[in-house]
Amino acid sequence: MSFHIVVLGSIVPDPLQTLEPVSTPQGPGLKNEQMLPAVLDPWAGHALYEAANLAAKTPGSKVTLVSLGPKAKLQQVMMAVAQKVPFELVALDGPAGGFTDAHEVAARLAAAVKALPGLDRTKLLLFGGWESASRGAGVTLQLVGELLEIPDQFQGVDQISARPDGSFEVLERVEGGRHQVSTCQGAPAVLGWATGNLPEPKNNPQIGMANMRLVMPALQKAAPAPVGTGGVEFASVQVPKVMRETRIVKDASPDEIARELVEWISKD
Amino acid sequence: MPTAATETMKELLRTLPGDDVRQIMWRFAERYDLQMLVQSTRSVARGPVARLAAGGGWNDHGWSAEKNELLAHYDAAGITAAFMEPDQGGFIAGPKNLALSLMAFELAWVDGGAATGALAGFLGLSPIHEKGTPEQNAKYMALATPPKPGEDRKPWRAAFALTEPIPYVGVDTGMLSGKVRVARWKDGEEPVLHVEKRGRFITNMGFANFVTAAVDSGDPRIKGSCMVILEEGDPGTFDRGTPTKKLVHQLSSTNDPIFSLDIPASRIVGGYTVKDGVIVPNFDHSTVIEAVFKRTRVTVGIITAAKLLSAVEPVIRYQRSRFRGAEQATPGTVRYELGIQQREDALHRLVEVWATGEAAVSLGFGTARLFDELDPIERKKDELLKQQGITGARAEMKWMKMVEARALELLELETHPRGAKEEKRIAELRADETVRFALLDAQANVLCPATKLWNTGHGATVMREAVSLMGGYGITEDCPGFLGKKWMDAQLEATYEGPEAVQRRQISVTMTSPLFQALMKSWIRELRHVAALHPGTGACALASAYELWLWTYRHLEGATDADGEKLLSSPRQGVSFKLADALAWLMGPRMQIHDTVRLAEEGGAVLGEALPGTARFFADLCHVQAARAAGEVARICAELVHGYNRHPAWDEEGRRACWSATEADALEGLVSGLSGCAKEALDVADEHPDKEGPCASCKGITDFRTLRVKLDGCLTGAMLAKDRAAEAVSRVMIPEALDYPQ
Repeated sequence: MSFHIVVLGSIVPDPLQTLEPVSTPQGPGLKNEQMLPAVLDPWAGHALYEAANLAAKTPGSKVTLVSLGPKAKLQQVMMAVAQKVPFELVALDGPAGGFTDAHEVAARLAAAVKALPGLDRTKLLLFGGWESASRGAGVTLQLVGELLEIPDQFQGVDQISARPDGSFEVLERVEGGRHQVSTCQGAPAVLGWATGNLPEPKNNPQIGMANMRLVMPALQKAAPAPVGTGGVEFASVQVPKVMRETRIVKDASPDEIARELVEWISKD
Repeated sequence: MPTAATETMKELLRTLPGDDVRQIMWRFAERYDLQMLVQSTRSVARGPVARLAAGGGWNDHGWSAEKNELLAHYDAAGITAAFMEPDQGGFIAGPKNLALSLMAFELAWVDGGAATGALAGFLGLSPIHEKGTPEQNAKYMALATPPKPGEDRKPWRAAFALTEPIPYVGVDTGMLSGKVRVARWKDGEEPVLHVEKRGRFITNMGFANFVTAAVDSGDPRIKGSCMVILEEGDPGTFDRGTPTKKLVHQLSSTNDPIFSLDIPASRIVGGYTVKDGVIVPNFDHSTVIEAVFKRTRVTVGIITAAKLLSAVEPVIRYQRSRFRGAEQATPGTVRYELGIQQREDALHRLVEVWATGEAAVSLGFGTARLFDELDPIERKKDELLKQQGITGARAEMKWMKMVEARALELLELETHPRGAKEEKRIAELRADETVRFALLDAQANVLCPATKLWNTGHGATVMREAVSLMGGYGITEDCPGFLGKKWMDAQLEATYEGPEAVQRRQISVTMTSPLFQALMKSWIRELRHVAALHPGTGACALASAYELWLWTYRHLEGATDADGEKLLSSPRQGVSFKLADALAWLMGPRMQIHDTVRLAEEGGAVLGEALPGTARFFADLCHVQAARAAGEVARICAELVHGYNRHPAWDEEGRRACWSATEADALEGLVSGLSGCAKEALDVADEHPDKEGPCASCKGITDFRTLRVKLDGCLTGAMLAKDRAAEAVSRVMIPEALDYPQ
């Protein structure tokens, strides 16, 4: 049994950058957002790497990344992401900020998935981030699943194990650091990934060159996908206050670091 | 869009330039293979390399297991394979000068040693790549390519051993320490050679599996010199020697090896023929080395340039946060927000570091791109010569003279207004690939040593400035961006692959090419045109500096010193090397201006409304750097033009060397008040007052003074540009933290 794994994921500003909310004519945004370097949303990244891993284990499977974001920024991010795992790209040219409306975004993404050539719903696994580094609502993936009429949805997924008959076992996060184990009879299904178990793959230009033969044309023909704030007016926005307390300590043992972390957490 | 400097502009640089900006400036926006190489190299540089450096890997000159792990990271990231063709396991097709330069830039952003370590493997392979036989190419490229998935083998690592007689290391590449002799030569069999070679300061030697070594013949049955390939496992001694006790580039392996090996004659790079019982290598070692160093020195220049640009962000962060934590610096106050950046000096000095870095990087990448264009044409030229049966240095030189004449004709025709007949001839000459070769080669012969000389030599000096901007923090192990280490590393880069004297020597020869000088004239016109479209880039000042240099060169060609000795001659390095220095100053800013114009014209798509401020900032950096270069050139030229005249004494002979009142009157138009001053001095009958100005004769150098005064005038606006750039530096948004450990 093979799968067509469609990963929904976009870009977010590099977390090392100074993120300062500002009002723009298009609504709230980040200061100098257009110029800030971007990375693949880490939650979507987990989903993509898990998708590639699953595809590699189930011969005949393929991975498609559907991404809604500014085309130019997407291209920059693809130069790194496309080197990590094999996939095809479907790009939608639109805003990827933290203030876009999840319903509008979901509608665009669902339409793009429906339009995938030769899509076989009996093989469709819809992957994405359980959360997002920019859209904290955490509902976009669920909405897309609903628009595509996929009732089997799993959120906070850390593991998937496919069986030869097309069914698969899923581990979802529950309270207390434990997992709920579910068995699904088969595709279609929606899986919103937590962190998964895989490290970020190293860059491999050979994979990148193979991906780019399809990624670049996909970027060039990216359809405009304007999405707004869904009529929501933001009275004010601010980033959470973060107090950096940096100390440079060399040669600290793991035990010492752990003890200090426990002390720090215990303060609250 | 024009970068108008004549109007007041409110827009400033908003953020530090990102990849999208650099791809436009350095011309790889359409090359996704290179963009991916940049990303994969960066992930290694700012990951494993930076962690190793921050963890103390820099404190030891030995080659440890942790350092050795970097090689696997280079392999996995495609860095090792970047040198190979796709059919050899690589992923970049065609010339790779820009690719390797970008890779060196990314590694050197964190550590120059990592960059040289990665590049040294290519240096070891380069003799084979440039001049090796097809069999040698196929064998060693395959061995050096990292294994493909499923393959179980370790890639071979290469090293390059030139080494002149100790202790005169690195001075004269014509003198070698190694010898090759015939060990056995049975009738009808391939000769077996015995190689004795001691290397010194050989990068990668701690782990290299094979070495391309330069050796001289120590046997009448072998003609001249050659390069040979030595393999670990050849019969004899393959002793890696002791690690060099270097203080810098600690993430590369450097040893002083000893080789005493028997090898088949087929290991002579490029092959050999047998004539009258004598083995005649197809290429002597100089030919091979010239082809190699002609390209690889550019990447060394890039390494130092990367350090300069890498210093900008840590210095800004340090300057801004300098007073935070003090009682008087409360959030919201200028002292808290700007720190040292509230002072003009700190900003101006950082602008100078940044401008130098931009010029150096533009020069390096511009030269690398030129080599990418030159490489395939050069191969076609070699093929053409072979087909025409033109062999030997003299015959090639004669052929080249004819091609150069056509290239000169093209430049001449392009200069003047033309009709249909000339247009036809221009089209014909432009379509001639040999003409194109001559034009590119003439530039490459100057640009390569200029990149190496100026980027590393002046770059090391400016790196010291960057370190000083961090205060005492700059020379600690904890300095963000490892700036103190980078400063020391830069000193090695000024020596690596030929010290400054070698580069000066090469420029002093290649700058005399009539074709190169004709090209310079075309650059002057080109810069004047840029100045008209993009005022405020310093293009005008730079054009004037080029004019002054050309005038000075022509003047010195026929000039003699006070003792009647010719000034511009090979042994007179006080003249020729200084002219080379001045010329090197001029190369970077021209490329920098071109890159900035490119951004101004094509950056709209990625920068949107941020384009005007970004373009203005980079134009201001150009202006700052062009003014600095023009000033240096003016100083050097003035020293050369005036400095070899004996200073007059107040005797009869000396007075004849002084200005006459007529000359002073003639100069009044250029230097107002001069004639009055001179007359006053000359009117005194028996004694002279203390001197107040120039007293030596300007006979024959009036044009120089005119050009010099013109150049001074061209500096108009340069300090305003520095002020604007400084303001931008004080406001530009930077990330919260450096993206690699310290």
